Amino acid sequence: MEDAYRVQISEFEGPLDLLLHLIKKNEVDIYNIPIAAITRQYLEYMDLLKELNLDIAGEFLVMAATLLQIKSRMLLPVTQEEDDAEVEDPRAELVRRLLEYQRYRDASYLLSSRNLLGRDVFARKFDSPEFADLEQKEEPADVELFELIEAFQRVLARVSVDTFHDVVADGISIADRISEVLSLLHAEKTVCFDALFSDGMTRDLLVVTFLSILELCKLKLIKITQAESLGSIWLTSTSQPDDESEANLQETEGLVVG
Amino acid sequence: MSGKSLRAIIESLIFVHDQPLTLDRLALILEEYERADIRAALEELVEEYSAGERGIVLAQVAGGYQLRSRPEHADYIRRLTKSKGVKFSQSALETLAIIAYRQPVTRAEVEYLRGVDSGGVLKSLLEKKLLRILGKKDVPGKPLIYGTSREFLELFSLKDLGSLPTLKEIQELVPPDPFADQPELPLEVVEA
Repeated sequence: MEDAYRVQISEFEGPLDLLLHLIKKNEVDIYNIPIAAITRQYLEYMDLLKELNLDIAGEFLVMAATLLQIKSRMLLPVTQEEDDAEVEDPRAELVRRLLEYQRYRDASYLLSSRNLLGRDVFARKFDSPEFADLEQKEEPADVELFELIEAFQRVLARVSVDTFHDVVADGISIADRISEVLSLLHAEKTVCFDALFSDGMTRDLLVVTFLSILELCKLKLIKITQAESLGSIWLTSTSQPDDESEANLQETEGLVVG
Repeated sequence: MSGKSLRAIIESLIFVHDQPLTLDRLALILEEYERADIRAALEELVEEYSAGERGIVLAQVAGGYQLRSRPEHADYIRRLTKSKGVKFSQSALETLAIIAYRQPVTRAEVEYLRGVDSGGVLKSLLEKKLLRILGKKDVPGKPLIYGTSREFLELFSLKDLGSLPTLKEIQELVPPDPFADQPELPLEVVEA
């Protein structure tokens, strides 16, 4: 019988969204929230979620606790000292957060009502092979750090994690690996990111190699580019290392992973 | 008239380029022309496109100029491309809005404002290249700081971040609070 009941619950983005909904539904002033009534409805909603066996996100519980705390603080009589010091309404912090959240939520409605590229307005797409080739040579785009880390995650995913722990005497140092990568780059000018991570390399070596690439990039000895989104990442040597970067290279000598 | 030919040259450059073309870039390419003339020609072109009943407008987005279809024609174009187009979840839009207005901002700040965990949504927005990592904040834990990208401006047809409506303007666009103007009760009079 109970299954015949169908409760329509709109999805709420979070506790703030739910609270705003309750405030609007009850037509109460946001600056003068009847905490007891709103808290009761808030907890009823949480019970409903529990009945429906939905996981309640931790944030909802934190907000429930906050509401109860505000309520209990409002019940406490104001002491003389506090009265003189003009204590802030216990609800003030919550109201500020609600108003701020409401503003950004309104801003998000406004964003989605704009003319979106690919939905409301369209520009020409350039996917003809001739154009793609042309662009690759002319101006490879600089890679964002995030993409570099993603590429490295793909590399790590290829290597299965050893269940044994091998004790290896000495790992290769980052400085050594930097020299190896540099000599490779001097020979070939451009090296593919993936080519530096050959199969059969240990996880340690993979990490050392990645750190070497980051270090080289920091020393401005190499340039990391990507011709197209999601394409291969390329490393190019910039120029001969000058004295300063040589000196920096010496500093990394001490870093050993292994 | 040279002004007319400059306009035509700029028009073909914008037509061929696959991204919004900036005034800086145009000035660099058209070195034989004055920057002021290029700017004037661009303005005339924008005017020309919007005045005529054309299917294309010259839109100012992401600091540059791009030819785009008229928004009124979206339905027809969707029939052609058969794509549903981009669709964003409310959580993605909220996160974008917060970052657009508050950047540079950390994940913790976004989560405080939204009241919910935002790690997943940040990651997917980064993958869509709508967000950029601007660096690390110099506080304990060195959290990453986020900002919006050029692609964000292109997607939402924004000239620059300054052309976002201010938060105050947004408030005015939303229906006013019925309780806001309620006069205060004259309690003091009663007490006296």
